[in-house]
Amino acid sequence: MLTKRVIPCLDVKDNRVVKGVSFVNLRDAGDPVELGAQYSRAGADELVFLDITATIRSRKTIVELVERVAENVFIPFTVGGGIRTAGEVDLLLRSGAEKVSVNTAAVQNPRLITKAAERFGNQCVVLAIDARRCEKDESRWQVCIKSGSEPTDLDAVEWAARAEKLGAGEILLTSMDADGTKAGYDVELTAAVADAVNIPVIASGGAGSLDSMVHVLKEGKADAVLAASIFHYGEYTIKDVKDYLAENHIPVRR
Amino acid sequence: MILVIDYNVGNVKSVCNALAHIGCETELSSEPERIKEADGIILPGVAAFGYAMSQLGPIARLIKEAVVAGKVLLGICVGHQLLFEQSCEHGQHEGLGLIGGNVRPIPSGLRVPHMGWNLVKFPAEMKLFEGLGDKEFFYFAHSYYAKPDDSRVQVAYTDYGFRLPATVQKGNIYGVQFHPEKSGEAGLNVLRNFERICRKAG
Repeated sequence: MLTKRVIPCLDVKDNRVVKGVSFVNLRDAGDPVELGAQYSRAGADELVFLDITATIRSRKTIVELVERVAENVFIPFTVGGGIRTAGEVDLLLRSGAEKVSVNTAAVQNPRLITKAAERFGNQCVVLAIDARRCEKDESRWQVCIKSGSEPTDLDAVEWAARAEKLGAGEILLTSMDADGTKAGYDVELTAAVADAVNIPVIASGGAGSLDSMVHVLKEGKADAVLAASIFHYGEYTIKDVKDYLAENHIPVRR
Repeated sequence: MILVIDYNVGNVKSVCNALAHIGCETELSSEPERIKEADGIILPGVAAFGYAMSQLGPIARLIKEAVVAGKVLLGICVGHQLLFEQSCEHGQHEGLGLIGGNVRPIPSGLRVPHMGWNLVKFPAEMKLFEGLGDKEFFYFAHSYYAKPDDSRVQVAYTDYGFRLPATVQKGNIYGVQFHPEKSGEAGLNVLRNFERICRKAG
């Protein structure tokens, strides 16, 4: 049976991980490569690196980072943040990333998804969606772009379904309402998107308790959970999460 | 020396990185002379079947001749699918035809791609998995799969709502649908075993 994935997310700026990291025995807590390797040893199923500066200048450093991670970490990893063209996707895949996530640029130019998928296949194109509950209609979620700063008219569930048709192989779904709150993933949003698509959905935003992970994987029908601070600050290890999921009859790789 | 076939598809670099990590002497090339010299060949591949076959071009015949003459070959992901007779991914395409059977879509009703870590149970006699126990998790990412139809093939399966063939062996020909280069320590051990098999053969 396919296992549910547990994915730490590393925010990267100028080749350094910027959120706090509390691994013991780490020579350099800010080095994305060393951290990635540490998470891999700890049993992470996959890694996500997000370039949070995403400027043209930082693009060069992210390519170098991808090359270094690929030389040292032998589990799959996704890279994202400010990727605008199929050429950039191509370059990052060639540099050793398994998957590339696109967000704002895909909203502005949905053809980007198709162009990127045509070359190396759907499985390497991740559509990242930042969604928040609509104020006017609480049964819906709207897509926000530019790191969540700009709301659009797109409905998150409809956008996910359309992206699948365009060639996306996976949805990385972040609830902006939940993000950073540690109040738990948005189970309702995740389930709505997971029901609307046939591709895997990674739940993100709001990871706090182990129970919230169980809920979003069960009731939310997510295929994977992504978390940042609970891992970086050492509240839970990957092993803690997987043991708890297994106790709750969720298949995990251990 | 293990030769990784260089033919303009994804994951070539990841395979080379993993081989370098385990200290394996590796070359990335598609030169006929290098194919002859190699102790074993790896055919990687992250791409659509038809595209991968067209990128192989005349190298396909060289690989086939070398393998029929006894050269050890490992196909990974689409490289594994290319070992079979044909695929219906975006039209009908001929494969290398080294193993009987064809490539078909994962049945409807299941999430596609089949993406993530799944458990593969090995029959005891499969050499690629020597020392790995009787089962292990590997990383998969694919929408099509190869179904062998060849009495001389050993197959190990994974469970994805149906019995999905995860790896095959037919004499000197090995194929893995999963990505050993991205399956952590278990995957590196598969590559170590492959190197050992090549050294013995070479």
